[in-house]
Amino acid sequence: MWPDERIVRFVKENFLPTRVHVKDDPAAFKQYSERYQAPWTPTILLLDSDGVEQHRIEGFLPADDLLGQLMLGRAKTAFQQQKWAEAERLFREIVEKLPQTDAAPEALYWAGVAPYKATGDPASLKATGRAFTTRYQDSTWAKKASVWR
Amino acid sequence: MEINFRHDVDQVLKDAKTQQKRVLLDFSAAPM
Repeated sequence: MWPDERIVRFVKENFLPTRVHVKDDPAAFKQYSERYQAPWTPTILLLDSDGVEQHRIEGFLPADDLLGQLMLGRAKTAFQQQKWAEAERLFREIVEKLPQTDAAPEALYWAGVAPYKATGDPASLKATGRAFTTRYQDSTWAKKASVWR
Repeated sequence: MEINFRHDVDQVLKDAKTQQKRVLLDFSAAPM
């Protein structure tokens, strides 16, 4: 059960949803959990249109955090497809809409990388490094961005 | 409002490629 309407809407709008259930269809679960190296539940894989994994969510999460991770998967897919402007927009949307989630500092980091990938101008990296001095200071992503300041 | 999960994973992957859509693959043990 995914009772949060925001999550249901987001999934419907952004993904083709498919499920393998460990008890209802053990054979299918074995087949796909081995193919995708996903032996634990709950695990959610976000795949691009070629079936390539772009993001993995393992374990239960509260609604806001789950939504943030789903949004992160969408943004990472755009990033992987080198759609830099779209990726930056989608990463920043996470920071703006779900700032208290674990997805937010990761999104802030990649929102700085995307424009750099587009232009080669390190200004966005520097700005992101500075941004981490005022928020998410204790996150892993702040440590990673600290070299950009 | 519910998510209508399909269970034919390989067909979903084919459809995703055709329709250029992302896929959410849920490995679940939750009560149905």
